[in-house]
Order: sequence, then structure tokens, then C-alpha cells
Amino acid sequence: MYPRPTSHNPALGPGCTGPSLAQYVPDCVDVSSRPTVQQPSSGAAPFMVDPKSVAAGLGGHDPTKHTTTPYVTGTSVLGVTYRDGVLLAADTLGSYGSTKRYKSFERLRKVNEQTIIGAGGELSDFQYILTLLDELSNEDFCADDDAKLSPKEIYAYLSRVLYNRRSKMDPLWNSLVVGGLQDGKPFLGTITMLGVHYSDDHIATGFGQMLARPLFRERHRPDMSEEEATQLLHEGLRVCYYRDKQTTNKFQIAKVTAEGTTISDPFALETKWDYKAFVNPGALAVGTW
Amino acid sequence: MFRNQYDQDVVTWSPQGRIHQIEYAMEAVKQGSAVVGLKSKTHVVLASIKRTSTELGAFQRKIFKIDDHLGIGVSGLISDGRSISRFLRNECLSHRFVFEQPVQVARLVRDLADRAQVATQRSWKRPYGVGVLSAGHDKTGAHLFYNCPSGAYYDYKAMAIGARSQAAKTYLERNFEEFAGADVDALLQHSLKALSASVTEDELSADNTAVALVGKGTPFTILEGDALKPYLAALKADDDAPPPGEGDMGEAADAAAPAEAAAPEEGAPPAEGPAPMED
Repeated sequence: MYPRPTSHNPALGPGCTGPSLAQYVPDCVDVSSRPTVQQPSSGAAPFMVDPKSVAAGLGGHDPTKHTTTPYVTGTSVLGVTYRDGVLLAADTLGSYGSTKRYKSFERLRKVNEQTIIGAGGELSDFQYILTLLDELSNEDFCADDDAKLSPKEIYAYLSRVLYNRRSKMDPLWNSLVVGGLQDGKPFLGTITMLGVHYSDDHIATGFGQMLARPLFRERHRPDMSEEEATQLLHEGLRVCYYRDKQTTNKFQIAKVTAEGTTISDPFALETKWDYKAFVNPGALAVGTW
Repeated sequence: MFRNQYDQDVVTWSPQGRIHQIEYAMEAVKQGSAVVGLKSKTHVVLASIKRTSTELGAFQRKIFKIDDHLGIGVSGLISDGRSISRFLRNECLSHRFVFEQPVQVARLVRDLADRAQVATQRSWKRPYGVGVLSAGHDKTGAHLFYNCPSGAYYDYKAMAIGARSQAAKTYLERNFEEFAGADVDALLQHSLKALSASVTEDELSADNTAVALVGKGTPFTILEGDALKPYLAALKADDDAPPPGEGDMGEAADAAAPAEAAAPEEGAPPAEGPAPMED
């Protein structure tokens, strides 16, 4: 492949402009040997930023910085529909990297009497999203017409918000799960930080997608009773706790039925750590420790 | 030349506590031809008389579809009405884009009222010269609202605006108790009867009348031209039936439902389809 000068703006000078805009350069000329000073083709003095003055804070702008990495994060959220509504489950940990920094952060929140939302990812972004939803709920309250946002409306709204932010290259770093009753029927949907969204009968975000979702696929039925659905979520949470180090054994389950929204008190699950494979995990994997 | 010295702009009060410019704007509503609106528990109907200044011209449309669940009938300055319908259509569209659901009629009407109000409090603006009857259906039921140029808006069971609308209002006041439980055909007949009370020189015809219907499972549909003929025929038959005299105005028109006048039922758009323009 021949090296070619490529750029779009002739003002950047020779070496950056395309051949059709500056002087003719045969394709086969090796441009890497050309001078590197950016000489504007207009003939004006070259524009330069002295790295030392930037470092001293004397001039130049820092490039705009967006979230490039999350700080305090939550892990998976699980959700299933069942006969009378929707159940969501998540632990209460806010991790600071690998540090279990906040152990009682509620990642499941009530939006209104027919909608709940759960979030993983950057928890400060989740709190921002909650303020957005609060504004919408306040609008509903002020309108005083008994109309509340339905789960589908919230789901559509949030997918627009998250997609809009990712399009600004400034994403809200969350995986969201929206659950509720839409016209008396259970609704469950998820939205990623890129604005990708889908709804399904059972949903898991993050590690839960790999760890809990296979269980759901095997055992979930839309006509499950509340006990069965809770049991299934417990199984999913337990597997997540065993295999995802960002999970703590402190969980909540949120429920939406025709009676309204409830979020359980935090609870712990029974665990068993003396499985043979747990005691010596390297036994079956040669070369690990 | 001027009615008084306090009517030169919209931000000046008269000592009697009136703002004449707003009152003039409300007068403009009465210059337009009549629009009637009425609703049952599930459906809303608008009926309008279209005018033409010359036989060479088409009849001016007064009913505009805003969205599948909502439409308006305007009386007064039609150009203002069109500007309003563009605003409402934009609002409906952006609400649908964000929430994937139709906007609440009451909230949309409130937004329109807020806009109208601003025009009554700025020296460089003028109030809308148009009254707007909004007919819509959403998850809180069927709605009929009237937006006044003053920025006020009202929720109605039935209402008539425009020239000689008092006659139609009288009809509605005498019959409104039947509307709540009425079916679509009865509602349409009531709207035409109310409207015909406001007509003096001509009769209601397929050319000069337009009716619109929206409700549960029925997207906003405008009936005019040929689609309207069966209903007008039924109206005429009903008018001819009772003995001439007092009775025909106050009496119920339940029997009026025409056999062939199949109204667009749940979900199905009417066979004719709403005519986008009058012929």
C-alpha cells in the first residue's frame, strides 16, 4: 500500500492536505520524509501550541472530557415477569473498583405505583436518571389528572435519553431494567448505556446475563406464581453471588402488581462454600493456582 | 374610528378593568362559521360549516387532524388556526417520539392555552384570532376542550362556537343529558342537528359540512363529501318525520340512526377514508 497524504482541511498545510487540494503529489511519493511543521497553505504564520505553556496553564484548552470509565458501580440486575406482575432483584453494593465501598445502596427504585426501575453501572449516573424521572413524576402530579407515566413510556423515554447521551459521546454509564404493569399486563424491558433496548419475559444485565439468564431460560414460565418467581430469582442471585466478585450477599426484590409497588427489605441468601470445586478450584484446571 | 382610547394595544387596561384587544380577538371567533362539538363517554364528534366566498372557490376547511387520537375544529382566523395546528402536530409528534405513546389531550390543550396566554401579555404580539375546539381520546377517556384567544381553556360535554352558534348551543343544552350514553350514530346525528340550527340561508350539504369523529378504538376521522351523504339523508328523513312544530328540536333522535350509515367502528377506518381535501 502506498503512503498517501490524507486530510480534509487545506489550511493545515502541506503534508496534511489531499493531493487534489494542495500541490500534485504522485501516489508513489513517500510522504513520511516530508517536513512535519504545519505550514498553512494560505501562507500565514504557522499556528502552533507550545506544549510547555499548556502545561503551565498559560493557554490552550484542555480537550473536553467525558466519562471514559465509571467509578462507583453496581453489578447485575435481574428481572422476571410472573402471573400477577413483575419482580426485579439486585444486590445493594456500590463498588469502587474492586472495593466494596457502599454496602447499602438501593439499586431498585420505585418510579410510581405501576413502575420500578433497577440499575447497574455508574451509580451517580443512576442518581441523575432518578432526578429526570422525578421531574416527570412531578409534572404528572402538577397536571393533577390522575395520569401517570406507564412502564412503556418510561422505558421509551429512558432509551431516548441514553441513546442521546451516547450520541454526544458522553454516555450515562448504566444498564437499566424497567418493570411494571402496562394495561394490566406485566412489562419488562432493559436499556444499555448505548441506547440498545429490548423487552422480554425475563431479563438480566451485566454478569447476570451469563450467570442467571440460562437459569431463567430453563425454568421461567409467564404463569409462574409469586413464590416460584421469587425462588427463581433467588437461584439467579445466588449464582451471581458465587461467581461475580462485585456482588454482596445483601439483596432486595422489588415487586409490581395491580396492588402497587413494593421493595423488600435487604436480605441474605444461604450459601454453601464447601463444594469440592470451590475448595480447590485449581484441581480441574491445570496451570492455574 | 376607535371604540375608545384603551384599545390600541394588548397590554393596556381600560379603567373598567378590561383589555379590549383580547375582547376583539374573542369577537373574531364569532365571525367564523359555526363549529359544534359533543361527546359521549367513549367518543367525541366535531361538526363544522365550511364557507366559500365565491362559487368558484373551494370550501374552507375548518377541521384539522392533529394526530390519530386528536383533532381540532377552528372558528375565526383560519390562518391562525393552521398555525395552531402546526404547533399541536409538532407537540404530538415529539411526544410520540420520546414516549411512544399519544400525548394526553388535556395536557396538550394546556400547552396551547399557555401559548395563547403569552400573546395577551406582550406588547409586540397579538392574541390568536381563533377559537379552537379540540376533540380527543386518550387513556383518561374522551375529551372536548375549547381554547379561547384569551388563553383560557374549558372542558365541555358539548359546545358550539362561531357565527350563530347560540342556536346550536341551545340545542345542545336541551339534549346534552342523552350524549353520555349515546352511540356513535346518535352522536353524529346530534352534531348535525345542532349544526343545522346555526344555518340560515342554505341547508347543510355534503359540500359545506364536515364532521369528524374520534374515540375509543376509532382514530380521528373526518367525514365530508360523499362519506357524509348518508348522515345528511338521515338528518333530512328525521326532520321530515315528526309533525311540524315545537317538538323536533327538543326531542331525542335515537331513532335517527340510519341503517346504511355505518359509522367507522372500533379500529376499522371507514371504507371511504377521510377526504384529505374537499373537492
